[in-house]
Amino acid sequence: MNTGIPIQYFLILATIMFFTGVYGFLTRRNLITILMSVELILNSVNINFLAFNRYLYPNKLEGMFFSLFVIAVAAAEVAVAIAIIINIYRRFTTINVEDVNEMKF
Amino acid sequence: MSLGTFLVMRHELLLIASALLVLMAEIFWNPDKKRYISLFSVILFGVITIVGFLPSPIGSLFGGMYETSGTRLLMKNILNIGALLVFIQSVTWLKKEENSEKISEYFILLISTLAGMNFMISAGHFLMFYIGIELATIPIAALAAFDRYKNKSAEAGIKLILSSALSSGILLYGLSLIYGTTGTFYFNEVAALFGNNNLQILGFIFFFAGMAFKISIVPFHLWTADVYEGSPVNITSYLSVISKGAAVFILIIILFTVFPVIIATWQKTIYVTAILTMTIGNLFAIRQQNLKRFLAFSSISQAGYILLGFIGGNQLGMASVIYYILVYIFSNLGAFGVVIAISNATGKENMDDYNGLYHTNPKLSLIMTLALFSLAGIPPVAGFFGKFFLFTAAAQKGYYLLVLIAVLNTIISLYYYLLVVKAMFINKGETPIEKFRSDFPTRFALGICVAGIVVTGFASIIFEVIKNLSFGV
Repeated sequence: MNTGIPIQYFLILATIMFFTGVYGFLTRRNLITILMSVELILNSVNINFLAFNRYLYPNKLEGMFFSLFVIAVAAAEVAVAIAIIINIYRRFTTINVEDVNEMKF
Repeated sequence: MSLGTFLVMRHELLLIASALLVLMAEIFWNPDKKRYISLFSVILFGVITIVGFLPSPIGSLFGGMYETSGTRLLMKNILNIGALLVFIQSVTWLKKEENSEKISEYFILLISTLAGMNFMISAGHFLMFYIGIELATIPIAALAAFDRYKNKSAEAGIKLILSSALSSGILLYGLSLIYGTTGTFYFNEVAALFGNNNLQILGFIFFFAGMAFKISIVPFHLWTADVYEGSPVNITSYLSVISKGAAVFILIIILFTVFPVIIATWQKTIYVTAILTMTIGNLFAIRQQNLKRFLAFSSISQAGYILLGFIGGNQLGMASVIYYILVYIFSNLGAFGVVIAISNATGKENMDDYNGLYHTNPKLSLIMTLALFSLAGIPPVAGFFGKFFLFTAAAQKGYYLLVLIAVLNTIISLYYYLLVVKAMFINKGETPIEKFRSDFPTRFALGICVAGIVVTGFASIIFEVIKNLSFGV
């Protein structure tokens, strides 16, 4: 069953996605894009869980279940974050992080 | 398996039931009775706190995903006491016109975060731990953005939710590497399969970085000051005491039970981060004018001292960490209680506004002084004993240089704590805060804090109890 794509490919993809997400989180200026970067990070984690589960520990489904919970919790997190972003748009009339800076140092 | 076995998770069940009760009260009570909701919630939560101290069965549930032990029950009870104080302190603030619609939301969200923290502390499996940590942080972000019509509150909310999302992403990546090398999420199985494999150590570092965000350890502290300043004061006190305490508790449990094999690695990590956290927290606290920001940096440096209890991996270390959190709850909530009382009465939060406070409000000034002395660690009060035990635990394992740096940092911290005391007692204010009388809940909470600061310092039995329940690596 382990024919086809070797596990390394999945892990390399996940690693690239993770660091792309971190880079995007730190450099993007739009709050929605920052949220998308967080989603990239969480999905890279899911790929890791699934790849490890399928290739290394195929008898138990713990990795699969964990990624299901990660997806559900990420949805809750995004819902709250979007609600706060809407509130920010009402207060500041922008969602650019450089304009949302009333507090510094 | 009978229903009685579920009594093992009594703390969590009670919290969830009380959140539902408050929700029912919001739905079914007449609008003119709504103002009693805060009284109802506080009494309900007081009952839960007392019930938590009753002897409870100990064991594990759900195939070991959920575990309790004497230590974990003690941690939950300490958090309950702190949360009860926060609840009482927020009653006055919730009476304001702008909050009249949101009283029950406030209590439901706070109770659900507390339930999340309890699940997190009782975790025996990383899935339970992750769900608990998210249940504890997502509602807090909603609470930080509670003042809907203030720009700063919205900003604090988005900063909290984004940094906590990033930190849980990093933590999960670490967990995925640990899963890849061990094939299990159960704490005891992971501990048995852990070796000095490089990939496992990398996973651990990611995990530690994620937790460091939650405890605001330098270099992951940058969100702290902004979130603390922007949130409503009651949420700030909750964040700085209860959230931080819960994260410290679960981190020490996980380090001591899941990662004892790589103790040499995490001792090095903690050595560096403890020095950075203490020093940077203290240096930034000196230049703050807003009291909430000031207490934020002070709480960062307190996290640095707490790390000293981790480093030895000994029983005394764990006991001193739990004891210090208990003392820290009373001292920090005492300081925040005064800030809350003044902020409710006048809306002032800057250090200059406190000039000459002693001449108009002597009692509040004395409580603030006592709380700050306890935070700084001046001998007669509890904070001194807390710091003393932390330093002893680190010195017992031979970390003399680290203890020396910590003592030097205590001296620096004394300088800025005394700046506030000087403003209250010596500085002449042109427009000092008017004399005012706080209402009963505020005075009651401050009274408990003062009693706690004094009693936890002198009653040695408290430390004995904690020490008997603690364990080393």
